[in-house]
Amino acid sequence: MTLSRADVEKVALLARLELSSAELNLLTPQLQQIVEYVESLNELNTEGVEPMAHALDVANVFAEDVVRPSLPREQALANAPHQDGEFYLVPAVLGE
Amino acid sequence: MPPYTLIIGLETHVQLSTATKLFCRCSTKFGALPNTQTCPVCIGMPGTLPVMNREAFELSLRTALALNCSIHQFTKWDRKQYYYPDLPKGYQISQYDLPFSYEGWLEIQAPLSLGQGNGAGAEGSAGTATPSPQHAPPQRGRGSLVSKRIRIIRAHLEEDAGKSTHDETAGVADSRIDLNRAGTPLLEIVSHPDLRSAAETRAYLAELKLLLTYLGVSDCNMQEGSLRVDANINLHIDTPQGKIATPIVEVKNMNSFRAVERAMEYEAPRQYEVWQETGQKLGDVPKQTRGWDDVHERTYGQRRKEESSDYRYLPDPDLVPVTISAEKLEQLRATLGELPAQLRTRLESTYGLTAYDSEVLVNQGRELVDYFVQLAELCGNGKQASNWMQQDVMRVMGEQHLSIAEYPIGPAALAELLKAVKAGELDTTRGREVLARMLVTRNSAAVVIQDLGIEKVDESDMYALCQELLNANPKIVDDLKSGKQQAAGSLIGQAKKRNPNINPARFREILAELVAREPTS
Repeated sequence: MTLSRADVEKVALLARLELSSAELNLLTPQLQQIVEYVESLNELNTEGVEPMAHALDVANVFAEDVVRPSLPREQALANAPHQDGEFYLVPAVLGE
Repeated sequence: MPPYTLIIGLETHVQLSTATKLFCRCSTKFGALPNTQTCPVCIGMPGTLPVMNREAFELSLRTALALNCSIHQFTKWDRKQYYYPDLPKGYQISQYDLPFSYEGWLEIQAPLSLGQGNGAGAEGSAGTATPSPQHAPPQRGRGSLVSKRIRIIRAHLEEDAGKSTHDETAGVADSRIDLNRAGTPLLEIVSHPDLRSAAETRAYLAELKLLLTYLGVSDCNMQEGSLRVDANINLHIDTPQGKIATPIVEVKNMNSFRAVERAMEYEAPRQYEVWQETGQKLGDVPKQTRGWDDVHERTYGQRRKEESSDYRYLPDPDLVPVTISAEKLEQLRATLGELPAQLRTRLESTYGLTAYDSEVLVNQGRELVDYFVQLAELCGNGKQASNWMQQDVMRVMGEQHLSIAEYPIGPAALAELLKAVKAGELDTTRGREVLARMLVTRNSAAVVIQDLGIEKVDESDMYALCQELLNANPKIVDDLKSGKQQAAGSLIGQAKKRNPNINPARFREILAELVAREPTS
């Protein structure tokens, strides 16, 4: 599989990364190498092998539906770049 | 009829009535102060790990079983990745290719003879749409409804996002985010595009809500967002060249059943008009998202959806899969209880109710049905019990905002009154007086009947009174003999004045008997 520069631009957009032209030049071949590395898995014959949903052979881990204390609001909001003591503040979300 | 068929499929999001969130133990209680029900898990702090809420999963399974879904024995959760400020982790934990349930159905009572859009023309104005019944109960059993199965594609369990608000009037530049709702368990139920009208869509939602309420899996409060509906809608247009499908439009922001109905009625002629202008067919343009504006009763265009491949789903490595044994399924199936459709059938077959009556009673909820069943058993007459429930008990409940549990008179006490009415000890009108008095005094029917001086009038006394009145009113006798039945009313009125305990139905019979014996003058 060959990655184009447009592919890298799209992935960057989805990840909300702003890349300069120079960075795209640098990252496109690097990402290409990573994909090639992962592609080496294709050498294995997986005929008849069930797809694995999880690395651990564990299932059915549940917690009971019992309320535990939440964070005090000051603590919940403490790391936010912008907040007003009640809400997180973010640049206007419009047009929804 | 417009030359098109309306094609509608619904995605319904139901907030499950758990005490805590899906992956952490923060409370899900509605109405708390903003950002007071969050923790490091639901605000997406690095290094935290989600743990599945057992109750949420079991409520989901029960719902899927009640919707006749097949259950995947092995199910897992995936990350659906997108950026939005109300989604703190940058992904929503949802289910992608292995939802826990698939391929079910819900039976609805659909209006007959619809199968066509009911837009009143291509003006595209909400004001011209055909008026639809307001909140009238569905007319089951009157020949106007027919059973229809709406197929369910899948139901899967996912987490809710937070809430963002933007107050433009306050001149605030920022949007405000409340993450109390983030992580609340949501069951997404996706129907096939089997709905063919606004009325069918409403019937589907009403039946779904009733089912969820009976199962106790959700309070289904649309105003509080416990039940949210998105509709996918397009048209199949008949043309000389064959059937043409128009592009699919997703409609959001509908906050009531009424809004859903109105939005579907609005979209049909609007899409037809767009097709006439542009000729666009399914596949020509990407899926459009439109919002419903409840004030102006119209839909408006929203931003285009990112392609679903852009969500880059991947299995969530923080959650282990869940397996469901056949034993577990049977165990859960046994807890479903009697569901609305079964209950309606039982009321009809056991108590002789019409489809309409059983619908009205079952729509009131399980507790009222239990009250009715006890009443019918105790008084021995299902139809009579149903009439008194609908005309008297439910009326007072409505006027006084009572639940059936709060209604002051129990089924045993009411049955005593109904039996007295049935036995002819008092007529229905006087029965109502007795019930009204029972509600105030909380005394038994027997006590109130005695207090009001109601006693059964002796047959011979009624005959005597009737003959006396006939003798005094020869003109009325003539009228009755010549077939003017309404003349009897005045005599019954006079009789009631003389003795308020006269049973008018019995008196009318006696009157007919005596008049027949009178010689023609």
